[in-house]
Amino acid sequence: MTISIDPQKTNNESLQPKGWLRYFSFSLDHKVIGIQYLVCGFLFYLIGGTLASAIRIELASPMSDFMPRDVYNQVLTLHGTIMIFLWIVPVVNGAFGNYLIPFYVGARDMAFPRLNAVAFWLIPPSGLMLVASYFVDGAAQAGWTAYPPLSITTPQSGQIIWILSVLLLGGSSIFGGINFIATIIKLRRPGLKLMQLPMYCWAMLGTSLLVVLSTPVLAGTLILLSFDIIANTGFFNPVLGGNVVVYQHLFWFYSHPAVYIMVLPAFGLVSEILPVHARKPLFGYTTMVFSIMGIVVLGLVVWAHHMFTSGTPPWMRLFFTIATAFIAVPTGIKFFNWVATLWGGKISINSAMLFSCGFIINFVFGGITGVALAQVPFDIHVHDTYFVVAHFHYIVYGGTVFIIFSSIYHWFPKVTGKMLNEKLGILHFIITFIGFNLCFAPQHWLGLNGMPRRVAEYDPQFQFVNQISSIGALLMAISTIPFLINVFLSVRNGKDAGDNPWNALTPEWLTSSPPPVENWEGEAPLVEEPYGYGKEISERK
Amino acid sequence: MTTLDSSKEIQKNNSEVNETHEDFRMFGLITFLIADGMTFAGFFAAYLTYKAVNPLPDGAIYELELPIPTLNTILLLVSSATFHKAGKALLKDKNSESQKWLFFTAFLGIIFLICQLFEYFHLPFGLTDNLFASTFYALTGFHGLHVTLGTLMILIIAWQSRIKGGRLTSQNMFPLEAVELYWHFVDGIWVILFIILYLL
Repeated sequence: MTISIDPQKTNNESLQPKGWLRYFSFSLDHKVIGIQYLVCGFLFYLIGGTLASAIRIELASPMSDFMPRDVYNQVLTLHGTIMIFLWIVPVVNGAFGNYLIPFYVGARDMAFPRLNAVAFWLIPPSGLMLVASYFVDGAAQAGWTAYPPLSITTPQSGQIIWILSVLLLGGSSIFGGINFIATIIKLRRPGLKLMQLPMYCWAMLGTSLLVVLSTPVLAGTLILLSFDIIANTGFFNPVLGGNVVVYQHLFWFYSHPAVYIMVLPAFGLVSEILPVHARKPLFGYTTMVFSIMGIVVLGLVVWAHHMFTSGTPPWMRLFFTIATAFIAVPTGIKFFNWVATLWGGKISINSAMLFSCGFIINFVFGGITGVALAQVPFDIHVHDTYFVVAHFHYIVYGGTVFIIFSSIYHWFPKVTGKMLNEKLGILHFIITFIGFNLCFAPQHWLGLNGMPRRVAEYDPQFQFVNQISSIGALLMAISTIPFLINVFLSVRNGKDAGDNPWNALTPEWLTSSPPPVENWEGEAPLVEEPYGYGKEISERK
Repeated sequence: MTTLDSSKEIQKNNSEVNETHEDFRMFGLITFLIADGMTFAGFFAAYLTYKAVNPLPDGAIYELELPIPTLNTILLLVSSATFHKAGKALLKDKNSESQKWLFFTAFLGIIFLICQLFEYFHLPFGLTDNLFASTFYALTGFHGLHVTLGTLMILIIAWQSRIKGGRLTSQNMFPLEAVELYWHFVDGIWVILFIILYLL
C-alpha cells in the first residue's frame, strides 16, 4: 500500500512560524527538531556541568564543607542523570540523528515527523521536572543507578519525580529509536543500497535497536521500583522478602546497552568526520558495519559485569568476563580503521579534526581500562572506586562529548551557512583536552588506592591528587567560554561558508547551506560512494 | 514527508518527484510492539527469578484457581478470531457486519476485564502480602491495562466504521489492521502470562 500526499492537507503546515521562532514551535521539520535537541541538550549540559563543578569544589578538601552531605548526594544524582539522559543521549542520538539521517537516506523528512516532534517535546518538561525536584523536598539521592534499598529509604518525593522523569525520557528515546529504524530501513531513496549508506546510519540503526530492545526493560523496572516506594510492595525490598539483585540485573540490562547508546552514534559521527578532513576513504567500511552490529549483539549480553560484587555465581562471572572481553575485538577493529583512515591522508588540522583525534586518544585509553575492569579479580578491587569514575568519563566525556564538539565544528557551516572561528575552536580544544585529562587521569590513581566514589568526604592523604583533579574540572568549565563566544559571534558575523566548505561527498553537503525546508530543490541525489575521496572525479561512481 | 513551507517552488518540485511512498506505519507499530514486548519480558524474567531464588514463607503458598483464567484465555482467543472476521467483512465493504464483529470483540474484552476484576476481589491475598502477590498483580495489572487500551481502541474504530466511505473503509484498512495487530499481541502476551503464572 502506498500513501499519496494530499497537497491540501500539507498547506496547513504553512501556519508554522518562520525564522528563529520556529525553534520554539511544534515544528515537524527534522532539521528544526535536530537543532531543538542540540540546544536543549546543551542548556542541560551547562546545568549538569555546574553541578559537576560543585562536586569538584566539594572534593577539593577532604571534609564536607562546601555543602551538606545529603545535598552532595542530590547534586551527584542530578549530575549523572542530567548528563546521561538530557545531554548525551538526546544530543548524540536525537540532535545529529534527526539532522543527518534524512539527508543520508535521501529523504525529505523522518519516517514519522509528528512522532519525532512528540519525542522531542517530552524532553524539556521532564528535564525541568528533574531540576525542580531539588526545590520540592530534595532531589533523588540514590545516584543515577537508583539502587534499592537506598532509593527506597531516601526521601520519597525526589525519587518519584526522578522515576517519572526518566520514564518520560525513556519514552522519548524509544519513539526516537522507532523513527530512526523506520527511516533507515524503509525511507531510503530508490536505488540506495544498505551497504552504500554513510557509517552514521549504521551506527544509528544499531543504537536504535539497542534503544528499542533495552529501554522498555528499564521502564518496567522503574515502575516496579515506584510500586516499592509508593505502595509498599517488596519487589526490591529485602525486608519484605524482595531481591535487590533482580533490580540490578534489570537495571543493567538497560544501562549497559545505554553506554553503547551513548557511544555508538559517536563512532558513526567520527567515521563521517575523519574521511572528510583526511581526504581519504573510510578504511574498512564492511568491517566497520559488522563491528557495529557485533557490538549491538554483544552489548546485550554483558550487563552483569557491573555486578561482580553482588554475589554473582562463578559461572556468571566467567560468562560475563569472556563476553565483555570479546567486545574489545569489534571496538579494536573500529579503532584501527580510524587510524588507518588517517594514515597517509592529507590531514587538515582544524577544530573538528583535533576533537576527533582527541576522541581517538581518550577513547582508546578508556577502552583499555574497560577491558581491565572486565576482569573479575581486578574489578573486585576497584569496584565503586574512582577508577570506575575515571573509566566512565574517559568513555562518555573523552569519547562522546569530544565527538559532539567535533560534530558541531564540522556541521555548523551546514546548519547556519557560516564558518566557526578556527582560532577560538583550537583554543577550545586545547583547554578541553588538557582540562579533561588533568581532571580524570589522576582519578585512576585515586581509585587504585581505594578512594570510594559517591562520598562527600575522603581520607586526607588523597587531598593533593583531588585538588589536581579539581583544577582540571575548572579548566573544563572555562573551556566552554571560548566555545560559546565562538558560536554567538559566528552566527551573527561569521565568514560565509558557501554550500560545501569542506568539499565533502556525503549527501548532506550536496544541497545548499542552510538546506531548504524539504532538503533538496529537486530529486535527492544518489550517493553510491559517500567516501570516494582521493579519486579523480571521473573515477567516482 | 509533510510540506512545511507553502512556497510554490518547493511544492512544484515535490509534485514532480516522490509524491508517494511506501506505507511504513505498520513497520513502526511492529517495532513499538517489540519494545512493549520487552517490558513484559522484563517482568516475566523478574517473576521467574523470584520463583527460583526467593522462596515464599510457608503460610503464603497458595494454589491459584484455574476456572476464571481459563475462561479468560478462551475469551481472548475467541476475540482474536472475531476481530479477524471484522477485518474480512470490511474488506468486502460490509461495514455494518464489520461493525457488529468489532462491537462483539470489544464486548469480549470487557467481559475479560470484568472476570479479571472478579478474580482480584476473590483472591485471598492483596498487593503487598508477599512477593508472589505483588508480582501477580503487577503482571496481570499491566496486561489488564493493555486490554483496557485495546478495548477502547476497538470501540473507537467500531464507531469510525459506522458509515460507508467514512474514516475506516476497505481502501483505508490501516486503523483496523493496526488495532488488530495490537490485539493479537495482547492476546499472545496473555497466553504466555497464563502459562507461567497459573500453570507453572
